Amino acid sequence: MKMNNLTHRSIIVSNKKMTFWERIYLPAILKGMAITFGHLFRTKSTVQYPEVSREFSEIYRGKHVLKRDDEGRERCTACGLCAVACPAEAITMVAAERKPGEENLYREEKYAVVYEINMLRCIFCGDCEEACPKEAIFLTKEIVRSDFEREKFIYGKDELVEPADPARRIDVSNRQTPEVLEFKKNKKLRHNR
Amino acid sequence: MNDMITQIIYKTILASIILVLSLVVAMYSTLIERKVAGWFQDRHGPNRAGPWGLLQPLADGIKLFFKEEFMPNTADKFLYILGPSLTMFVALLTSAAIPWGPDLVINGQTYAMQVADINIGILYIFAILSIGVYGIMIGGWASNNKYALLGAVRASSQMISYELAMSLSIITIVMMTGSLSMRDIVAQQQGYHWNILYQPLGFLIFLICAFAETNRSPFDLPECETELVGGYHTEYSSMKLGFYLFAEYINMFISGAVMATLFLGGYHFPFIDKLGLSPNTFALVSFMVLFSKITFFGFIYMWIRWTLPRFRYDQLMKLGWKTLIPLAILNVVITGVVILLNQ
Repeated sequence: MKMNNLTHRSIIVSNKKMTFWERIYLPAILKGMAITFGHLFRTKSTVQYPEVSREFSEIYRGKHVLKRDDEGRERCTACGLCAVACPAEAITMVAAERKPGEENLYREEKYAVVYEINMLRCIFCGDCEEACPKEAIFLTKEIVRSDFEREKFIYGKDELVEPADPARRIDVSNRQTPEVLEFKKNKKLRHNR
Repeated sequence: MNDMITQIIYKTILASIILVLSLVVAMYSTLIERKVAGWFQDRHGPNRAGPWGLLQPLADGIKLFFKEEFMPNTADKFLYILGPSLTMFVALLTSAAIPWGPDLVINGQTYAMQVADINIGILYIFAILSIGVYGIMIGGWASNNKYALLGAVRASSQMISYELAMSLSIITIVMMTGSLSMRDIVAQQQGYHWNILYQPLGFLIFLICAFAETNRSPFDLPECETELVGGYHTEYSSMKLGFYLFAEYINMFISGAVMATLFLGGYHFPFIDKLGLSPNTFALVSFMVLFSKITFFGFIYMWIRWTLPRFRYDQLMKLGWKTLIPLAILNVVITGVVILLNQ
């Protein structure tokens, strides 16, 4: 019975005798030398790091930010959808009720007292951002900095929430294209409800 | 008597210049090697120490000097130190018999740009080259380490096997020239009468053997990082290791010079003697010609290194004994017949 190949990568082994030209190897060596010589003039793929840094993609996914709304109130309502969506289980949070007089701090009646992302667990997939119904969490172009201790990679609200000062807000328009906004408007989709 | 003194002073100066030259060239070959390796792999190579990485060899040298001087407890102390010293000493000796350029004329006196015009120059070079293996043997043996010993054993058998084919390919040159003096061999290749045109097969054999003699890839079995840790210099550190690595580059430089002298016309270049230069300028230009030929061979060494994978030991032996030696003998016979017919 003839087996069908699963891939087309199998090579038929041949034990044919080498010809004289193949046996003296010199033509093959010269061919190899021509190939290596060609590499001398190729564009180098090295990035001269301290002077030049590698260009980031337009939609690079780096450290997270917890957004505030236009009045400077935290958008996050501690619904936990991001934590559920997270494939690496990097997000944890503790919810609390907003007290009277805190309306200028939190947008809705519920907010997150503790919001932690373990940056060593995070795989920067962006699922939290997609799951968020309040447009509260976004991935920015910032890189998570290196450190010597594991504990320091658990980022709390002090690291994640963007500054209230309007001039120091973090721009996430790259991650919030018109298509994304359009998609979020459709309330029939389950995660937008 | 006065002549003799000036000659002695001149020879001393020349010898020191050549010594310093080979050391500087070897030093910068390490940089060039790494640069060329980088280019072959689409990288830049070292470029951080100084402009274009020019201070890299100095940095490497300083690093080697400040490394811990390690000696195994079980090593034979005297031989352990003798090994690298002998390798370095022998590597530097060979350059004495190479004619670096035509005669200089200063105050009506002619000075040969050759430390010693020995009438058996070529034999001298081969004799010294053969001693080179002792440095590796002694080092590998004295380390009292099986990897080092294996590397040393490989080095010695490899060198003995390839020296035969190498000498046989030289015999044809000697037959054509009728002299063993390097000076005569160069003089006879004036203009474009380079030996490579008359002895292409001999050149090829010599080139392959030169790779094996200098322990360069694809014949770098004695040091063979993948199987033997570091081969004969496994137990060496600091400047003793530096001496071994350095000697390899000096050997590369000298073997390039020998190949250029024997096959590529030494310091001769077609029509360069027709330019009507003054004797001293002519000598310097000729020296530059020889130097560029040596550089060319240095590049070939590196080029081959980054093209071919290492030979297996049995392949190495098979190539040496079953291919190169018969070919070299055939070459000798053919040359002999042609010389006889032309008489």
